[in-house]
Amino acid sequence: MTLAQLNLSIVGPEIVVSVMACVILIVDLYCKSPRRAGPIYPLALITLMAGAVLSFGQWDQPSALALNGLVIGDPVAAILKAATCLGVAGVLLYSRDYAQARGLWRGEYLVLALFGAVGMMTMIGANHLLTIYVGLELLALCLYAMIGMQRDSVRAAEAAMKYFILGALASGVLLYGMSLLYGLTGSLALPAISAASASLTLDSLPLLVAIALIVAGLLFKLGAVPFHMWVPDVYDGSATATTLYLSAVPKLAAFAILLRLLGVGLGDWLTAWQDMLAVAAVLSIALGNIIAIAQRNIKRMLAYSTISHMGFLLLGFLGGNVHGYSAALSYVVIYATVTLGAFGIILVLSDSEFESDTLDDFKGLNQRHPWLAFLMLIVMFSLAGIPPTAGFFAKLLVLQSALESGFVGTVVFAVLLAVVGAFYYLRVVKLMYFDSLDDTVTSPEGEPGPTPRRSFLWVLSANILLLLGITPWVGSLVDWLSTALNDFGPI
Amino acid sequence: MIPLSHYLVVGALLFAISVVGIFLNRKNLVIILMAIELLLLAANMNFVAFSHYLGDLSGQVFVFFILTVAAAEAAIGLAILIVLFRTRRSINVQDLDRLRG
Repeated sequence: MTLAQLNLSIVGPEIVVSVMACVILIVDLYCKSPRRAGPIYPLALITLMAGAVLSFGQWDQPSALALNGLVIGDPVAAILKAATCLGVAGVLLYSRDYAQARGLWRGEYLVLALFGAVGMMTMIGANHLLTIYVGLELLALCLYAMIGMQRDSVRAAEAAMKYFILGALASGVLLYGMSLLYGLTGSLALPAISAASASLTLDSLPLLVAIALIVAGLLFKLGAVPFHMWVPDVYDGSATATTLYLSAVPKLAAFAILLRLLGVGLGDWLTAWQDMLAVAAVLSIALGNIIAIAQRNIKRMLAYSTISHMGFLLLGFLGGNVHGYSAALSYVVIYATVTLGAFGIILVLSDSEFESDTLDDFKGLNQRHPWLAFLMLIVMFSLAGIPPTAGFFAKLLVLQSALESGFVGTVVFAVLLAVVGAFYYLRVVKLMYFDSLDDTVTSPEGEPGPTPRRSFLWVLSANILLLLGITPWVGSLVDWLSTALNDFGPI
Repeated sequence: MIPLSHYLVVGALLFAISVVGIFLNRKNLVIILMAIELLLLAANMNFVAFSHYLGDLSGQVFVFFILTVAAAEAAIGLAILIVLFRTRRSINVQDLDRLRG
């Protein structure tokens, strides 16, 4: 085994980001100001950009294995890794002012964010149960620590504890399922597990138990019903900057491990997990959309909306074919972009004392910040799936793919509940445009609110306008994403 | 020679004990942390047993990774526990009621 056979260029982005995260940790030691990140923030952004460029450079390469088959480099991995790096860079850009005002903006926070990005990239390129597990845990451990870093907040500590317990339980369940799968198939590599399906049929009870445990673990990580309990509490209790980090980008990695585990590893046992996912999808869409109506806190509302969106994402997996996977890929990319925008707006409107996180804080936003209100309008339309925003096309594609796989009842139900969901998204629009400013709930002294950094506003506007501006080209975007999945499969 | 099924039964028992420990425990968070460790050990037990009976070393390598991750996880769990105790003066499970709705 020589170094060349390890094919290190495929894991190049991960290596660059993790080495730079270690370098940043050391640079941080020599930074005088303990509260401000100093040179660390630009270093982190450069690292993430380098990771994105390196990953994106691989998107037209043929699929290849690296590190003795532990990692796979294929177009979909390249695209998702680049999107992860860009997403994390966006998260850092949006979080800066908010986190600085709360004393969270220290070297460790950025380093944890970078290691979390490495965890997500590891999950995206996984071709082996070990890689999936290590990536999952690397991300999860960083998230627990990032939530818990707000040490003076009772709510953050509680959110961190709840997330930790349920997250550890989920990885334990997933791991137990993996151990059974290993015993049954005799291998940990996903292509070998897939090959074992020739001799292993679904009559065997242990196999069904293994698949059920793995699916349960995945649904837990995704935050789909019936394993959704942690989502609202964690979104609500964490600092908004951390909520942004854990809500947007990890969904890309969650999509990737669903794709690898279910699409490649368990792909031939489709009939076993198809119905589990269908039930989880229907329940997620129903519960997420209905309970979100009752929320007064916008972070909690977005948490329930996330649950319903994860239900829609699962619809793309029901058919177990590449067409559905590419619909789910478009869905998750668009979803991550929208979520970045949604929490970005909450961050813009917050300042050092004021958390703009209740629905009442959005009352009369159009009078104070017409431009931000317009951006929020696009975000809400996109989340609700109203044309011509990108969210509409995302929903259309997954529903179409589920319909083609014969899940007619599920699709009808999902569409009906999407209408219910439109209510609470449009309520935010109504609050912003048609309700007047209420003196008791505005930011202190009736000021127009904080003046955000200009770079922040530019990127946020570009991010959100992309959802509207992509419309004429949405077909080519979807085609492009589907070509990434063309030669997808075990190699 | 002890048959494979004995190991699997022990693994399944550990798994069941830890899941019950997490869900039925209403008192102490430390017990939940212990149950989480037990959950990982249940998976380890399975991996080692299968690895031995399959004559394949990769399962045992996986166990080393799980042990390492479990150590890191316990460290973070205890750190969060200390933060929680500092802010709340209690590690009672029932006191975790600030976030709901």
